[in-house]
Amino acid sequence: MLDEATRLLTPATPDEVLEILAEAAAAQRRIEVVGGGTKRSVGKVERPELTLSLAGLDAVLDYAPEELVLTARPGAKLKDLEKLVASEGQMLPFEPPRLAKLLGAKGEPTLGGALAANLSGPRRIRAGAARDHLLGFAAVSGRAESFKAGGKVVKNVTGYDLSKLMAGSWGTLAVMTEVTIKVLPKPKTEASLLLFGLDDRRATQAMAQALNAPVEVSGAAHLPPAIAARAPLKAEMAVTALRLEGFDKSVAARVETLREALKAFGRVERLDAALSRGFWAQVREVEVFQKDARPLWRVSTPPASGWRIGEALKGQEGGHEVLYDWAGGLVWAQSDDAQAVRAAARAAGGHAALWRGEAALAAFEPLEGALSALTARVKAAFDPHGILNPGRLG
Amino acid sequence: MPQPDAATIANKAEIVRALRKLVPGEGVIGEDSALVPYESDGLSAYRQRPLAVVLPETVGQVSAVLAWCQAHGVKVVPRGAGTSLSGGALPLTDGIVLGMAKFNRILEVDYENRCAVVQPGVTNLAITEAVQADGFYYAPDPSSQIACTIGGNVAENSGGVHCLKYGLTTNNLLGCEIVLMDGQVVRLGGRGYDAAGYDLLGLVTGSEGLLAVVTEVTVRLLPTPQTARALLLGFPSVEAAGATVGDIIAAGIIPAGLEMMDKPAIQAAEAFVAAGYPTEAQALLIVELDGPQAECGELAGHVKALAQARGADFIRVSRDETERLRFWAGRKAAFPAVGRISPDYYCMDGTIPRAQLPPVLTRIYEMARDYGLGVANVFHAGDGNLHPLILYDADKEGELERAEAFGADILKLCVAVGGVLTGEHGVGVEKRDLMGEMFDETDLACQQRVKCAFDPDGLLNPGKVFPVLHRCAELGRVHVHRGKVAFPELPRF
Repeated sequence: MLDEATRLLTPATPDEVLEILAEAAAAQRRIEVVGGGTKRSVGKVERPELTLSLAGLDAVLDYAPEELVLTARPGAKLKDLEKLVASEGQMLPFEPPRLAKLLGAKGEPTLGGALAANLSGPRRIRAGAARDHLLGFAAVSGRAESFKAGGKVVKNVTGYDLSKLMAGSWGTLAVMTEVTIKVLPKPKTEASLLLFGLDDRRATQAMAQALNAPVEVSGAAHLPPAIAARAPLKAEMAVTALRLEGFDKSVAARVETLREALKAFGRVERLDAALSRGFWAQVREVEVFQKDARPLWRVSTPPASGWRIGEALKGQEGGHEVLYDWAGGLVWAQSDDAQAVRAAARAAGGHAALWRGEAALAAFEPLEGALSALTARVKAAFDPHGILNPGRLG
Repeated sequence: MPQPDAATIANKAEIVRALRKLVPGEGVIGEDSALVPYESDGLSAYRQRPLAVVLPETVGQVSAVLAWCQAHGVKVVPRGAGTSLSGGALPLTDGIVLGMAKFNRILEVDYENRCAVVQPGVTNLAITEAVQADGFYYAPDPSSQIACTIGGNVAENSGGVHCLKYGLTTNNLLGCEIVLMDGQVVRLGGRGYDAAGYDLLGLVTGSEGLLAVVTEVTVRLLPTPQTARALLLGFPSVEAAGATVGDIIAAGIIPAGLEMMDKPAIQAAEAFVAAGYPTEAQALLIVELDGPQAECGELAGHVKALAQARGADFIRVSRDETERLRFWAGRKAAFPAVGRISPDYYCMDGTIPRAQLPPVLTRIYEMARDYGLGVANVFHAGDGNLHPLILYDADKEGELERAEAFGADILKLCVAVGGVLTGEHGVGVEKRDLMGEMFDETDLACQQRVKCAFDPDGLLNPGKVFPVLHRCAELGRVHVHRGKVAFPELPRF
């Protein structure tokens, strides 16, 4: 299991994960936990003596399309799972982004990684986040205890909802060895409506207008001029896009309703299914920033305030490099000015995390006061010696 | 329940006096006669008079009361409207009830971010009522929505008939403000989609009042669908109805609601509200589709065809809103309707994989025969959430005990076929002792350590959810490896 040269541990079974953690806990040795390793550069893990890779724990244990649930080991690759569920006309509703290229990493993103980072794509505004789809799991805690929580059915309130806690914990509480997620039927088709030349604030209003219409918008993104001009879009002005998914007749009806709702915002163009798919894939994977090396921030804010991040960064050198997803609630911003980004995020009622850039900076903002203390107590409940991904969350 | 503390009970007058200083005016109820309404919640088979009831009006008062109780070792049972079906708000004889009814204001509606900020005592339905004129609603809709409060919904992670498509409470929250047992006020989430740090909002949701007291909730609002249509589908067998549920999902249709009733439930509901149900059918499906007119029409045709292929012999599609509401009236009144045919009923809440519906129902009927009790089934078929209603008469010697044993057997069956003990009503007192069916000692220790992180003295709603109460220091010491305690021969605690 342990390659002494690389200090890499590659368990093949949940029992082996337990054995490794039992030894590590007893000796208080710190472990970096990875899946496909694509997000290793996010945050920083202090002096990892050992790396535990879950890539070998990749089996699909159970997939019951009619139950809308899938159980797999965390190392299962997203691309394999997406292919599997697509063969039954289904999808992973939270549309997990694959950010290896953006982060300059090799390797294939895994289900466990997407859940541990609570990573969700554009459909998050309609379908919910990764955390909303994790129904249950088995894991080994930093105390070297095997435990499970949640269940394998779509509706369950038995015991504390530890699945929510696990999603987004970045492997700092426990090492998941089995996960059950909710899947959904894949829409038969999609279309997007594009608006042009809106400034960030006006675009935010357009996106709010669209989301407030009864058309179930499943993607709302805004690309300011400097971003829209880049590959792959190469547009001449700002582009604001709204996605509708469903079967033909339904999409057609909702396109008309949405056109009507957006008529105050100027020219509306429709992207048909193939182009729409391509457009949203590049938003999801943040393609516009893949070729850069500047520090990249992921800012979460109330959707109506996202434009303020762009506004705050307007004067910066290198220009106004901001991509808005989630109707303005998710802002990808390139900026060398950490303080400016964090201050803007706070002022907008959100928070900023550094996803690519200087290793010297903590990725996540420290929490404050009572919340910080409570968080530390929750961490200690699962990993009292701090052996799992130390420093990953700051 | 935990052993009552005689000293606390003896000290009641002192405690009431101290709490009255913190919550002046009418905010503290200590007189026995006035405590009667608080003796039980929606699970009325269990009753207990609390030491006192405190009804704070401000977050500052909640904080002061909790801090005082922590300092003096007094237990606290939080309560919303008291509609819990699992005994979540059952009082303790040596503890106070912290009633949140006075927190009844909608603080802000923010359409730009599609959310509403409300106090926990606001009823579920009042949120929708406040925004529906503007074309919005709050999606989770437990049947008790005219009475149950949003604070209680957060505590129980409540569902409803629309959660197949729109999710439970946890999927429809953006933030909340909580007060910890030591009086500290903490904000979780906000108005954005993702919060920083661990998802403590998700953790607190469904924690049944054991982790914190919720003092403010930010809920997501959705635009009201353009149209909604309901179908009534009657089947000659439960199997055919169950198979149709699977077919609908397999066809890629996620209805807004997908409910099933068996013959006893159909007949009770029809006799009560005359919803137009087929009283000779063995099973009835109610399927609701929402969205644009064109979408509903097409999907209704599709669902109809699937039902016909499975032998449905009664098919009605609502023609207008009045008819749609009438179709639902029977389902929504199913519990009181069953209450008319039996002096008492006991409602269960397990979830099973959908494919197990027919065999599980068959087994439930067999058990009913063995126990000599009636049963009517009403359930959220779309997500496999069963609500068997066990019919009994509390005045007849031994019937309540038989009903409870029958209920426990149903829940064990749910777990045995791959399901869970509770889909939406919570564990509370009712299913506490069955937790071992689903979770081993280590699983429960992990959950109880979370409790310790929030409430180290175990003063907040103790006696609920967990079958065995451990002191936090004990949980810290136990090292369980491979499900076994090290040195099992040594006496502990």
